[in-house]
Amino acid sequence: MSGATPHLVLDRLTRRFSEARAAVDAVSLEIAAGELVALIGASGSGKTTTLRMVAGYEIPDGGAVVLDGRDITSLPPQRRQFGMVFQHYALFPHLTVGQNVAFGLEARGVARSERMSRAAEALAGVGLADAEGRAIQSLSGGEQQRVALARALIIEPPVLLLDEPLSNLDPTLRRSTREELRSTLRRLGVTALFVTHDQEDAFAVADRVALLAAGRLLQVGTAEALYDRPANRDVAAFIGRSTLVPGTLDGDRIAIQLGGDLRTLRAAPAPDLPSRGPATAVLRPDALGFSPPNGPDAWPGVVQERRFAGALLAYRVGVAGDVDLELHSTVRDVQPGDTVWVRVTREPVAVVA
Amino acid sequence: MSQRADEKGTWLFALPVLLVLLWTVVYPNASIIVGSFEHGLRSWRQFASSPTDIEALRTTLIISVGSVIASVAVGLPLAFLLTRVEFRGRRILSAVATLPAALPPLVGVVAFLFLYGESGVVTRGVQALLGLDHAPWTLNGAGAIIFVHAYTMYVYVFLFVSAGLERLDTSLDEAAAGLGASRSFRLRRVTLPLLTPAIAGSMLLVFMSALGSFSAPYIFGGGLRVLSTQIVASKLNGAMGLAYVETTVLAVGAIAALILLRWFERRRTYAVSSKGSVVRTRLHSRSARALAPIAGVILVVILVLPHAMVVLVAFARDGTWTTQVLPPEYTFDNFRRLATNSDLWVPIWNSVSMTAIATVLDIVVCLLAAYLLVLRRFRMRWLLATLVALPWAIPGTAIGLGLASTFDRTSLAGARVLLVGTFWILPLAYFVRGVPLVSSATEGSLRQMDPSLEDAARGLGASWWLTMRRVVLPASRPGLVAGAMLAAIAAVGEFVASIVLFTQANRPISMEILSQLRNFAFGTAAAFSVVLIALVLAITLIARWAEGRWSRAEAVVIQ
Repeated sequence: MSGATPHLVLDRLTRRFSEARAAVDAVSLEIAAGELVALIGASGSGKTTTLRMVAGYEIPDGGAVVLDGRDITSLPPQRRQFGMVFQHYALFPHLTVGQNVAFGLEARGVARSERMSRAAEALAGVGLADAEGRAIQSLSGGEQQRVALARALIIEPPVLLLDEPLSNLDPTLRRSTREELRSTLRRLGVTALFVTHDQEDAFAVADRVALLAAGRLLQVGTAEALYDRPANRDVAAFIGRSTLVPGTLDGDRIAIQLGGDLRTLRAAPAPDLPSRGPATAVLRPDALGFSPPNGPDAWPGVVQERRFAGALLAYRVGVAGDVDLELHSTVRDVQPGDTVWVRVTREPVAVVA
Repeated sequence: MSQRADEKGTWLFALPVLLVLLWTVVYPNASIIVGSFEHGLRSWRQFASSPTDIEALRTTLIISVGSVIASVAVGLPLAFLLTRVEFRGRRILSAVATLPAALPPLVGVVAFLFLYGESGVVTRGVQALLGLDHAPWTLNGAGAIIFVHAYTMYVYVFLFVSAGLERLDTSLDEAAAGLGASRSFRLRRVTLPLLTPAIAGSMLLVFMSALGSFSAPYIFGGGLRVLSTQIVASKLNGAMGLAYVETTVLAVGAIAALILLRWFERRRTYAVSSKGSVVRTRLHSRSARALAPIAGVILVVILVLPHAMVVLVAFARDGTWTTQVLPPEYTFDNFRRLATNSDLWVPIWNSVSMTAIATVLDIVVCLLAAYLLVLRRFRMRWLLATLVALPWAIPGTAIGLGLASTFDRTSLAGARVLLVGTFWILPLAYFVRGVPLVSSATEGSLRQMDPSLEDAARGLGASWWLTMRRVVLPASRPGLVAGAMLAAIAAVGEFVASIVLFTQANRPISMEILSQLRNFAFGTAAAFSVVLIALVLAITLIARWAEGRWSRAEAVVIQ
């Protein structure tokens, strides 16, 4: 990131719910002002617990949360004022839409007329003009999400926290809402940390993605970096789809054997990998393509499965050595049972331990 | 099934339930109102011009409002403390917090008399400690009545608010905190408004109970008159017209309060997500940590003392306890007499059998009523909702008097059956008093069920009966068990309606306690009280057992 001091720092944050295993294990993360960072991981990976420690709802067993150089680890949530957007939105059912949005201002003692006009403004900012008087119960899921966002943004939080903000929306609404979310946060220059289990959401909204598994931070980087340069097998397996093929690394080359032929590919090894020795090539479906029969560096195989996925078709091709390669192609006239030739179309390929 | 056929099916159940309730709840009370006009307006004029009646009305209202304030003052903080704060001794305090509700009204009053009365243990103890000539206080008048009410009725507030707090979606509180709201602002603007239905509901319950309360004013009133005791006095004097007017005034006042609070409750009811999980915070300040267990111990002692006192006196030799702080001589005689004298067995057997009959009736009628109210749509729904809530508002004395004046002869044309003077009049009274308890608790459970479950079951081809048995019944179970338990506890110690309706043959335990007290046989009275407490305990254990047996079914239906 930029050389400026980070806005928010998570320093070796740790939380144990039992002696046996830490739910969050020494997670460190730096977030710059105005940056959108997504915390992703499977359920139980510790992402929500991490977020709750940042918000102050959960007290860490170790480590620190630092905001603009100030240690805020022991501050209660009401003094941090990060304005969290909850998974189920947590809108106050006894207050109107306008009162919900104005709540943070009311808590600060802002006069009624001012807070209501600012709430109206905030609602207009999320496309809900004139909704102030409505009851929470009358809102659709998407509207509730936007009210929750407006309610959190109105207090101008130093960092906006969002816990699975899109998971309660249907797929179509979800796509449009996440674009809105990104453009709103961008427009306002908000720093945000959001938790999601959906990598598509993370890729669409975040500048950087932090992947957690079993309480540990596996890798932080742009979506492209995580996809193209996974730090280890777990990242490669979690982010996107891939076929993992064993091989031998030699500097910036990896030799893999599928069937009888040894092929050498240009390699982009993970940073902590020894430069020589056994390693695993990560073959992404979009870095593989069909080749003319007997083409150079191509493997013969039989199509096992053909799945239409809109712009692309996803094929599973069984090559020698019982390996199934997954590949995406715009080629449509290949059918299951056909013999095809497959080659790597984009190099270097990622290499992990 | 078409909408119309569905409604026809609904009527099949609704009609008998409505008829039973109209006959047992509305009819007797309507006949009281009619009776008050038997001599035109004469009885009403008599009431309005009687200074004692006007004073009784005023005192009743003062005591009721005072009881509500005192119960909220005790119950609300205790509910917050026990659900939100973790401290040493919390579990013990939680365990005994609801103990006063398990004390039958008359027993509670008797225990208070033994403890805080002029010759009570605490009174004498303080007197001896300070070397006073006289007792430091007297236990009578409005203050004493409110004191006893606060002890027994704060439990309603405590239970309602605790349940509300446990259901509260904790993310709402967290969201408010994240928006910068301080603890007190959150309490004022989020927690308390969301608890309004629970608080209002419990205040309603306390107000109704205090309005109709009979035992405390009857024993501690001294010269003080309240409406419920006036009714019994007028009846004993043969002034039935006046008794009807007094009953009508009391019942109408209570029903007005019920309607008012229902309206208020409905305005403030929200579907609160059940996602909440209670998080107890630890006490941070050192002094609070040191004080909490001490305050806890004092509270536990205060709560347990009445029970302990009753048990102690049950072992005191009758006639020996005169001026000493504690009874001087102890014996098993009181219980030995109870066990050997078959005459003394009669009230115990009466109470048990009458309670069982009333509770079974309550379960059948109220399960159907709750099912109809929550899961069926039909035109007379409002009437059913009113009928099941009505006995809540009608004081026990009024219910007793209504039944007494309705079922005093057999008349086919008047739809009357002679029950007065028979065994059956008391189970009927207990049934009526149990209806609101069982139906509202069952309704509460059913409302938590996702209504699409019933549709889903029917959609899967389950018959009405199978759906009822496998989906509706398990979903209503927690409320049904809890409601039936409360109804049975109320019935086994019932005193207020019993004093109007009992005969020598079906006299319940409470009447026996009263007659033993009148004979100054304190030990025997206390022994009967201990039996009553044991019965309450047995009912609680049966309810727990029933709950445990079915808990697996519940886990499936209510996520």
